[in-house]
Amino acid sequence: MPSVAATLAGALRRMGSGTLGAIARLGYAARFSVAVVRETPAAFARLHLTVREIYFSGVLSLVIIAVSGLFVGMVLALQGYDVLQRYGSDESLGVLVALSLVRELGPVVAGLLFASRAGSAITAEIGLMKATEQLSAMEMMAVDPLARVVAPRFWGGVIAMPLLAAIFSMLGIYGAYLVGVKLIGIDVGAFWANMQANVDFRYDIVNGIIKSVVFGIAVSLIAVFEGFDAKPTAEGVSSATTRTVVGSSLTILALDFVLTVFMFRGLR
Amino acid sequence: MNGERTAIDLWVGAFVALGIGAMLFLALKVGNLVSFGSPPGYRIEARFDNIGGLKLRAPVKAAGVVVGRVEDVRLDPKTYQAVVTLKIDRDYEFTADTIASILTSGLLGEVYIGLDAGGDTKMLGDNGRVTKTQSAVILEKLIGQFLLDKAAGGGK
Repeated sequence: MPSVAATLAGALRRMGSGTLGAIARLGYAARFSVAVVRETPAAFARLHLTVREIYFSGVLSLVIIAVSGLFVGMVLALQGYDVLQRYGSDESLGVLVALSLVRELGPVVAGLLFASRAGSAITAEIGLMKATEQLSAMEMMAVDPLARVVAPRFWGGVIAMPLLAAIFSMLGIYGAYLVGVKLIGIDVGAFWANMQANVDFRYDIVNGIIKSVVFGIAVSLIAVFEGFDAKPTAEGVSSATTRTVVGSSLTILALDFVLTVFMFRGLR
Repeated sequence: MNGERTAIDLWVGAFVALGIGAMLFLALKVGNLVSFGSPPGYRIEARFDNIGGLKLRAPVKAAGVVVGRVEDVRLDPKTYQAVVTLKIDRDYEFTADTIASILTSGLLGEVYIGLDAGGDTKMLGDNGRVTKTQSAVILEKLIGQFLLDKAAGGGK
């Protein structure tokens, strides 16, 4: 039976080594990120590799993004109408839906879906390549896995994410139009005119697109890093995939808060 | 292999076109691309005793038409007046005796600046100053004044 002091010392030691390990991993991740960004020319020199990755992370995510966008917009319209009509301002429904989608829900929800649909797939693929020693084999053949495997996946994600977020917002607004105008019967002119009068191109739409680009970079970097850093076992790949989804979801939400503070402070 | 790659290219092309189309839809149909960046215009200055709830980028309206935006709000440390800089679209000119007043659309609506042009032949140029202003109506002060009048009337 170990003494209390020894147990405490053991816990303290584990905590210390855990912290040091996490910091070292963060440093490695930073070094890895710089290396990936440096391989950018390689991703665009062999464009067909990047196009393939846009297909896998973008085109194949289209269905889930489209359906979720439509439903999020429809629910927003129903709930928004319920509150707005109490104050006699149900004609602002278009503004409410458009601003919440373009500023927040479009980039954030599309980013969360992208992380679980495409990010997890990227991590699993790279992790499995590592586990089956395909990455080592590439290195043996003097092919840099960063240029051949990692950089195209990173850029594919970065390019696909803003497009997916824009499609999400567009379909969300269309869903709100269906519910608000077709189902509830708000005046169609008021719906669009109020929206256009109150949604600013520079402050709302461009900031939303900037958000989605930042989320795309964050999710893609986390996904390729977790895959590249996975323990080369079945268990390691599975835990790396989990870490990608959890980590990038939390990163998206935290980054969203920080970006919102900077973008929309002191406005309106 | 080559055939498959063409199919992927086709899908990716359609996807990118759809995404860019969505961005254009957001820019043109949802937002108003007309207000892209800052439209060319000139600045005029107006001093108010109280601006109430006026915010940056609040609209400036003449006869209900938006003709500009509030660009800057600061306090003059000497006179303790609020100095509001308005950016007016280049297409519109206002007379030198224009009255600027701070108004609210509806009871709970947004606060904006209303411009009422006078009959002067001179026009406000860049960095011109609106001399006649009407401050925001502070509801609390109005109610306080009303109660005071009521009390004074009851005493008689």
